[in-house]
Amino acid sequence: MDLSAISPTLLVASLMVAATPILLAAIGELVVEKSGVLNLGVEGMMIMGAISGFAAAVLTGSPMVGFLCAALGGAALSMIFAILTQYFLSNQVATGLALTLFGLGLSAMLGQSYVGIKPPVSAKLELSLISDIPVMGPILFSHDFTVYAALALVAGVWWFLKYTRGGLILRAVGESHDAAHALGYKVVRVRILAIMFGGACAGLGGAALSLVRVPQWTEGMTAGSGWIALAIVVFASWKPARVLLGAYLFGGVAVLQLNLQAAGVSIPVEYLSMSPYLITIIVLVVMSANRSKSALNAPAALGRVFHASR
Amino acid sequence: MSKTLLHLNGLTKTYPGVIANDDVSFDIAAGEIHALLGENGAGKSTLVKMIYGLVRPDHGTMQMEGVSFVPAEPRAARAVGVAMVFQHFSLFEALSVAENIALGMENPPKANALSARITEVSQSYGLPLDPERLVGDLSAGERQRVEIIRCLLQEPKLLIMDEPTSVLTPQEVTTLFTTLRKLKDEGTSILYISHKLEEIRALCETATILRGGKKVATCDPREKSARDLAEMMVGGKLNLAESKETTLGEVVLEISDLSLPPQSAFGTSLRNISLRLHRGEILGIGGVAGNGQDELLACMSGEVSTTAEAIQLNGLSLGHMSPNERRTLGVLAAPEERLGHAAAPDMSLTENAMLTAMTRKSLSKSGFLDWPRAKDFAEQVIKKFDVRTPGPQSAARSLSGGNLQKFVIGREVLQDPSVLIVNQPTWGVDAAAAADIRQALLDLAAKGASVIVISQDLDELMEISTSFAALNAGRLSAARPMAELSLDEIGLLLGGADAAA
Amino acid sequence: MLRLEKRPNPSKIWGYLAPVLAVIATMIGGGVMFALLGKDPFEAIRIIFYDPLFSEFAWYYRPQLLIKGAPLILIAIGLSMGFRAGIWNIGAEGQYIIGAICGAGAALAVYPLESALIFPVMILCGAIGGFAWAMIPAILKTKFGTNEILVSLMLVYVAEQLLASMSLGLMKNPEGFGFPGSRNLQHYASAHNAELWVGSGIHLGVVFALIAVIFGYIMLARHQMGFHIRLMGESPKAARFAGVNPNKLVIYCLGFSGALAGLAGMFEVAGPSGQISIDFNVGYGFTAIIVAFLGRLNPFGIMLAGLLMALTYIGGEIAQSSLGLPSAAIQAFQGMLLFFLLALDMLTNFKIKLANAEVRT
Repeated sequence: MDLSAISPTLLVASLMVAATPILLAAIGELVVEKSGVLNLGVEGMMIMGAISGFAAAVLTGSPMVGFLCAALGGAALSMIFAILTQYFLSNQVATGLALTLFGLGLSAMLGQSYVGIKPPVSAKLELSLISDIPVMGPILFSHDFTVYAALALVAGVWWFLKYTRGGLILRAVGESHDAAHALGYKVVRVRILAIMFGGACAGLGGAALSLVRVPQWTEGMTAGSGWIALAIVVFASWKPARVLLGAYLFGGVAVLQLNLQAAGVSIPVEYLSMSPYLITIIVLVVMSANRSKSALNAPAALGRVFHASR
Repeated sequence: MSKTLLHLNGLTKTYPGVIANDDVSFDIAAGEIHALLGENGAGKSTLVKMIYGLVRPDHGTMQMEGVSFVPAEPRAARAVGVAMVFQHFSLFEALSVAENIALGMENPPKANALSARITEVSQSYGLPLDPERLVGDLSAGERQRVEIIRCLLQEPKLLIMDEPTSVLTPQEVTTLFTTLRKLKDEGTSILYISHKLEEIRALCETATILRGGKKVATCDPREKSARDLAEMMVGGKLNLAESKETTLGEVVLEISDLSLPPQSAFGTSLRNISLRLHRGEILGIGGVAGNGQDELLACMSGEVSTTAEAIQLNGLSLGHMSPNERRTLGVLAAPEERLGHAAAPDMSLTENAMLTAMTRKSLSKSGFLDWPRAKDFAEQVIKKFDVRTPGPQSAARSLSGGNLQKFVIGREVLQDPSVLIVNQPTWGVDAAAAADIRQALLDLAAKGASVIVISQDLDELMEISTSFAALNAGRLSAARPMAELSLDEIGLLLGGADAAA
Repeated sequence: MLRLEKRPNPSKIWGYLAPVLAVIATMIGGGVMFALLGKDPFEAIRIIFYDPLFSEFAWYYRPQLLIKGAPLILIAIGLSMGFRAGIWNIGAEGQYIIGAICGAGAALAVYPLESALIFPVMILCGAIGGFAWAMIPAILKTKFGTNEILVSLMLVYVAEQLLASMSLGLMKNPEGFGFPGSRNLQHYASAHNAELWVGSGIHLGVVFALIAVIFGYIMLARHQMGFHIRLMGESPKAARFAGVNPNKLVIYCLGFSGALAGLAGMFEVAGPSGQISIDFNVGYGFTAIIVAFLGRLNPFGIMLAGLLMALTYIGGEIAQSSLGLPSAAIQAFQGMLLFFLLALDMLTNFKIKLANAEVRT
C-alpha cells in the first residue's frame, strides 16, 4: 500500500472534474425544485444527455455539437415529465421514476452501436505559462471547459435567483403557487421553463461524463449520479453556493476512493466503491436532523400538485 | 354632487344552475366609501370579480370615468386604477415584505427605492411596515397591511376591499377606518364588501344591498338601523338559536399551565394556558386567526402531546394520550379545516364516519373494520343533521361547505361526548346551516356535555357562549361569564389586555 | 382551450379503463419505436404479446409467466402499501438482493446437511434480511426525517457492491474452478426452491405471491391498518386527526415491503436463478414499481399487472433472439407504459371540458 503515490494537487484537480457532471445536474435540479417541482428523473435525463451528446459528437466530430445535443436531449426528455405533471397533474414521484426508467432503457437502446468508440477530445484550457504553475496551475487553469462552464452556471443561477425579477417570480411560484396564480403569474409556464432548464443541465452533466470524465459510452454509466445530484440539492438547503460545496465534496470522496484502490489499500474494492453512497446517506441524515435550518429553505410548495381552480 | 367614478349597468352573470348576478346597476362616486352588503352567496364576490377583470359579464356594461370599461384581466383593471385587497391574501411567507410587494406590482422600482417608498407610504397612512421582515413573521393584521400598501403604491382611484375586518381586532379595525377615511379625503373611492352591519353604518355613506343575485336597494346606511339593513339582506327572519337557561355544574375539564413551543417555522406558541370547564358550559374562545387556535385544538384532540397533567378530565391526566385514547374517554374535537383535516376529501362519508367514530361507536373488532355499521352511523348523521347529499357513499369533497360542516359536527355530537371542542364551527357556512350547527351545540350543552367553541365570529360567541375568554398571541385571558361583558371589554381582551400572566 | 374540472366523486369506470387504455397506447407507441428501429411493428407486438401465450411453444412460455411474475407481484404488493401511504420505497432492488444473500447464506452455512428445516429457515432469513435492509431508511426517516427515497436508493448501490463482494469472496464456491459465484442451490435438494408440479412453473414463491395478493386485499379493505394507510396517503392531516401514528406506519410499510422483497429474492436465488452471482439482480425491484402503479396500487390489479409485465419480459426475450430487438427496448417500453398510465390516470379525478378562453372562473 503506497499512500505517497496520491498527490493532493492531482486529487483536487481530478475531484473538480469528477464533480462537474453532478454539479451540472444538481444546479439544474435546484432551479426546478425552487419552482416547486420535484423531478426524480435526473438520472434518466443525465443518461439521455450522455448518449445524445456522445452520439452527436462522434457523428459530427465536434464535442461542442455534442454538448448542445446533450442539452437538447435532456430538455426534450424533461418535457415528457413537464407535460405529465403540469398538464395531466400526475404524481411527481411516480412520473420522475418513470422518466428515469424510460431514460435508462431508451439510452441503452440508442447507444447500442456506440459502445467502445472513442469520442472526439474536448479542448482543455492551456495557458502556457499560467497552467504550469505548481499546485494552482493544474487546479485552476488546466481544465476542460465544462468545469469552467459549470462554475459559471452556478454563479449565474445564484445571481438570477437573488437579483432578477425572473428569479423572484420563480421563488414565489415555489413558495405558494396559489398566491402566485392569484397575482396573475403563469405558474405552469414558469415551471415548464424551469423543468426544461433542469433537463438541459442534467443532459450537459451526462455529456460531461461521456465526453470528458470517462470518456466513453457504457449502458447505465451514470451509476446513480443523478440520485446523488438530488441528494446534493437537499444537502445544499436549496442554495447555489452550497450545491458547489456538496458536489465538490462528493467528487472528492469518489476520487479519493479510486485513489485508495489504486494505492493498494487493503480494504476490498467493493467496500471502497460503496463509500460515496454511504457518505451520501450520512450527509442526508445530518442535514435532516438539523431540521430547523434546512426546513426554512425548502420551497413550501415543493412536490405539490397545482390545479388552477379558477 | 361629486362625479361618478364607476357606473355599473345591468350586469348579469350566470353559471350552470345559478344566476350569480341578475341585472345589477349602481354607481360609485369619486371619493365615496360605498358598501356592498349581502349574505354568503348573494353575489358580492362575482360582482367584484367582474369589476376587477377576473370574470366577464354575460350582459351589461361598465364605465370608468365615463369611458367604457371592459377589463379582460386584472392587469387591465389595475391599469385603469382599480385595486383590490382580497379576503384571502396572496402572500409568500418565506419572502420579505418588499419582495411580496414587488411581486404584486407591474413595474416595481429597484430594491432600495422600493423599500424607501414602502416605509414612507406605510407610515403616512398609519400602517407602518418594515420592508425587510419576512411575511411569515407578521400577524394577520400586519399581513393585511402588506396587501393594502401593495395597492396604495399603485395610486388607485378605486380600492375594493373584500371582508377586510374578518381578521382584525376591534382596535385594528379602528386604525383601518382611519386609513380609509384618509384615502377618501384624498379622492380615492372605496368599495367595501362586508356583512358586518355596525361597521358599515360607522364607515360608509352609501350601501348597495344584494340578495340572491339581485340588487335590493342602494341607500345611506347611516340613516337606517342595523335591523333594517339585516332584513333587506336576508329578506325574512332567521331562526335565532334559542339558548336555554343552564346551571353550571362541577368542573369537568381542567387545563393548567399548558405551554407549547411553535410547531413550525411560522407557528404560534402557547403560553401558560389555564382554564376550567364546567358541566353544561359553553366556553367561547375568541380571537383573530393566527393566535394559537389551531395549536390549542391540536393539544386538546391529541394530535400534539403535552405534559400529562396539563389537561385533566375529572382528575385524570390525559395530556400525553393519543387521539383515540381521548375519544374513549369522551373528549372529541372538530378542527377548523373541514376538507383535508376534519374529513378526507376523496373518501366517502362512510369512511369519514369511520375516521373518528371507530372507538366510540365500536366500528372495529380486533383490528377488522365493520363497514356496514359505519355506513349506518353515517346515515344517522346525515338524517339527523339534514345533510344534503345523495348518500353516505358520496365523497366528502362533493358536499357543499355547509353540508360538510353539518356532517363533521354532527358526527362528533352523535358520539355522545362529555367534552367537545370545535374550531370555527360556522366559518364559510350559509346562514341556515350555521343556525342549525349552533343549535346543535346548545342542545349538546343542555344535555350535560361541556363545549369549547373557538371562533373569530364575535356575534356567534355572544349568541351561544355562557362564558368567554380571549386567545391572543398564545395566551388565554381568564374566562368571564358572557353576560357580564361588553363589546369594548371583549375588544380589549382580544387585543391582549388582561391576559392571564 | 381545454380545461380540467375536478369531479365531485372519483370515476369508477375510468379506474378500470385507464390501465387498459394505457396498455393499448403503449402497444401503439412501442410499435412506433420498433418501426423506427427498423423492425416490423406488428410482428414485434405479436411476438411480445401473443406468442408467449398462444404460439406452438406456449407450453414452455406459459409457466415462465408465473416464474417471472411471482417476484414482481410479491414485491409490488409490498410496495403498494407504502405508496398508498406516501412512503416511497424505491430500494426494493436492494432489499431483494439482501434477502437473497441471507437466504442463500443460511443454506450455504450448513451445506451439505440435508433437512426439512433448512428451507423454512431460508424463508425466514430471506424475509428478515429484506426487512432489516428496509429498516435503515425506515429508522432514518422516523428518527431524523431523512427522505426515504434517496436513502433506500443509495442502499441499492451498496447492496450491489455487497453482492459482488459475496460472489467473489465469502460465498464463492470452493468447488467452482475459481469462477465467481456461489454454489448452485438447484443442486442442493433441501435448499432448492423446486417446482411443485413439474412443468407448471409454480414454485413456493408463486404460492407466496398469491397469498400476498389475498393478504393485501384483506388488509386494505377490511383492516384498520389498511384504512390508516389509505388515509395517510390521501390526507395526512386527517390521518393524524384520526389517531394514526405516522412513525408506526413508516416502520410497518417499509418493513413489510422489505420483507416481501427479501422473500422474492430468496425464492429467486434458491429456484430459477440458482446462485449468488454478480449479475443476480435483473431489476425486478424497479419493474415492481411499474407493476404497482399499473395495478393502480390494488392487489388484484397488481396480480394482473405483474403477469402482464412478465409477458413483456418473456416476449422481449423472444423478440431479442428472433428479431434482434435489443433488450433495452423492453425497458423503454415498460417506462412508456407507466407514462401512459400516469397520463390517463388523471381522468379518474378530472373531467376535460372545452372552455372559452376569456372566462376565468
